Amino acid sequence: MRHVISLLIENESGALSRVSGLFSARGYNIESLTVAPTEDASMSRMTIVTTGSDDIIEQITKQLNKLVEVIKVVDISESAHIERELMLIKVRATGKDRDEMKRMADIFRARIIDVTEASYVIELTGNQGKLDAFVAAIGNELILETVRSGICGVGRGDRVLKV
Amino acid sequence: MVLSGAEIVIRCLQEEKVEYVFGYPGGAVLFLYDALFNQDQVRHVLVRHEQAAVHAADGYARSTQSVGVALVTSGPGATNAVTGIATAYCDSVPMVIISGQVPTAAIGQDAFQEVDTVGITRPCVKHNFLVRDVKDIAPTIKKAFHLARTGRPGPVLVDIPKDVSMHKCEFSYPDKVEMRSYNPVVKGHQGQIRKAVQLLLEAKRPMIYTGGGVILSDAAEQLTKLTRLLGFPITNTLMGLGAYPASDRQYLGMPGMHGTYEANMSMHFCDVLLAIGARFDDRVIGNPDHFAEEPRKIIHVDIDPSSISKRVKVDLPIVGNVRDVLDEMISQIEAANARPNQEALGAWWKQVEEWRSRDCMKFKNSDEIIKPQYVVQKLWEVTGGDAFVTSDVGQHQMWAAQYYRFDKPRRWLNSGGLGTMGVGLPYAMGAQLAHPDAQVACVTGEASIQMCIQELSTCKQFRLPIKICNLNNRYLGMVRQWQQLFHGGRYSESYMDSLPDFAKLAESYGHVGIRVERPSDVEGALREAFSRKNDLVFLDFQVDQTENVYPMVQGGKGLTEMILSAEDL
Ligand SMILES: Cc1cc2nc3c(=O)[nH]c(=O)nc-3n(C[C@H](O)[C@H](O)[C@H](O)COP(=O)(O)OP(=O)(O)OC[C@H]3O[C@@H](n4cnc5c(N)ncnc54)[C@H](O)[C@@H]3O)c2cc1C
Ligand SMILES: Cc1ncc(C[n+]2csc(CCOP(=O)(O)OP(=O)(O)O)c2C)c(N)n1
Ligand SMILES: [Mg+2]
Repeated sequence: MRHVISLLIENESGALSRVSGLFSARGYNIESLTVAPTEDASMSRMTIVTTGSDDIIEQITKQLNKLVEVIKVVDISESAHIERELMLIKVRATGKDRDEMKRMADIFRARIIDVTEASYVIELTGNQGKLDAFVAAIGNELILETVRSGICGVGRGDRVLKV
Repeated sequence: MVLSGAEIVIRCLQEEKVEYVFGYPGGAVLFLYDALFNQDQVRHVLVRHEQAAVHAADGYARSTQSVGVALVTSGPGATNAVTGIATAYCDSVPMVIISGQVPTAAIGQDAFQEVDTVGITRPCVKHNFLVRDVKDIAPTIKKAFHLARTGRPGPVLVDIPKDVSMHKCEFSYPDKVEMRSYNPVVKGHQGQIRKAVQLLLEAKRPMIYTGGGVILSDAAEQLTKLTRLLGFPITNTLMGLGAYPASDRQYLGMPGMHGTYEANMSMHFCDVLLAIGARFDDRVIGNPDHFAEEPRKIIHVDIDPSSISKRVKVDLPIVGNVRDVLDEMISQIEAANARPNQEALGAWWKQVEEWRSRDCMKFKNSDEIIKPQYVVQKLWEVTGGDAFVTSDVGQHQMWAAQYYRFDKPRRWLNSGGLGTMGVGLPYAMGAQLAHPDAQVACVTGEASIQMCIQELSTCKQFRLPIKICNLNNRYLGMVRQWQQLFHGGRYSESYMDSLPDFAKLAESYGHVGIRVERPSDVEGALREAFSRKNDLVFLDFQVDQTENVYPMVQGGKGLTEMILSAEDL
């Protein structure tokens, strides 16, 4: 099962490698990991997308909690939550593809943020599925580069992850 | 008071009441050694290899209730220390390791004797720090000791660049630590404890299984009280030996791969298992699927939530410090004035006694050749069962665990989790320094002892009257046993050729060496050794080369599928 784990961690050098080292040492999957400081610069917020059986997910959250610099851990995918990912995708845009690319961007509510004679850079946010659909719709032949941020997640409504 | 970083480190150690630092100097720690030189409160033990520094500090910690401290230089000093650190980590031993680092400006430049010590040790420490500013030294060391000894204990490393140890700042030692990210639970959940007590009182076939956590939390007294109050059978893991007196009738011996028949059968067939500070290691429960076949309710007391339901599903978790949880259990039972189901308990004991009557620890003694088990039995007799016993790793370790009956905690020092050959002598050094008047024996093998043999020199310098009992079988015995049983008797590289004459070797270091070849000389040699109060004596027992450790649960097999003796093969 796919899970989205959010955590608050002291914003100290080496903290990220403690988390990623934990995953590799214990053989847990990481699908994506994003991290950046919060409004309180002494803390970072991390979103980890992982897969595993219930037992493994239980161990992952326990092991994360055990890291001395980790302040809080929540599996936000256990209830209603929002996920977003940012993608920058550079596509070939010449001849008839140029209009087609523009049309696709509109359909997906993406934005073209850089234009040259031969290419566009398109910016798109959404959940993972939407981004995957966009990539599929464009097709690999026309894609020059894709850059994805990995997922950020937050619980809906009253559920707040804070110290 | 303005002090240099190095002076601050030593002042911090003084504040922490550190008695001994085990270490080895080098370029990156020269200022620290200078600061050590100028005081005499913290004593330094100069070992002959950094691995031994960490092991000795670890042995000191295991035999006392305090944090062990080691000091090593950058680069090779730090890498030599890694085995020691990992060993302590696997057995949750509280330690602080201070390592020198190249100057801050040189970090990342492939400087002389530079390694990424924090990176290398990250997976085998509870936590580690690189101190970049002299002002951070005191708060960091304060945190390091706090982390090492609280919660699930473990080694903490503090890496200090040379320039940081040279810079100066005002010194004051913080009197408390606040870390929003670190607050281990101490008291167990009252409601959970109540449910556990209920389950225990209603049990028909109860069993208590305890481990290193009881020793680490200094709760042997509470454990003994609770066990007597309930009247249940009890087993202690290899890491928990001595937490409950081995000479008591309720004690069934060690569980697991080389545990007793009665302990393993009781673990398997009980209906309520009370696990306390033990982590259901694969060497203890064998095949987890086989273990799960028999239905039973499991109560698990552990301070580390990640130990609970890791390998075996637990019905009633209690997160907390063993000592506090047991105090609470005892007071609830006493307050309720309740007793377990006596009739059921009587029937269960009858079954347990039947298992015990198999006498699985018996062995065939000999007049011709020294049996290793016999040496340990005699060691127990000669020392009145009251010595600190350290061991290395292999068959001799198992015989020491099986035949030396520990009645007190912190008397048995060995590497259970990592299984590190070479710990025996340095552990004995740490224990002897901590308990100068106690009898300290190191039960070792001719292979293991050679992994830290250089420490005989340290023992001479610090006059440590350790008694080394070398069960010399001229084999990597434990490896040979597996090769005999599981690899068709192909003894690939498991013989120990070209051995030194250990007695003469010990003599050349200035110690006493005795070679013992006949069973009839065993006891006399031991008595002679222990009567020499001021000498290190190296007893080189030439033991039966073909002896195996039984009982044995093979890897992958269930706990009840034991080989009890050579006749079972
Ligand atoms: C050659 C060889 C053979 C072996 N054979 C056997 C064998 O036959 N039988 C056997 O038992 N072992 C054997 N071992 C040892 C085995 O590998 C494990 O090291 C050992 O079983 C683990 O012991 P433990 O479960 O007591 O856990 P430990 O490693 O001692 O862990 C302690 C547990 O207690 C918890 N804890 C720590 N402090 C506290 C506290 N204050 N309060 C609450 N909880 C706390 C920790 O979180 C942890 O879960 C063998 C090792 C070797 C090298
Ligand atoms: C550092 C290290 N290397 C290898 C091993 C694997 N090993 C486990 S027991 C053993 C043999 C130990 O031989 P010895 O010390 O003579 O003890 P014996 O089993 O003969 O009593 C070996 C090589 C280990 N545990 N530690
Ligand atoms: Mg041997």
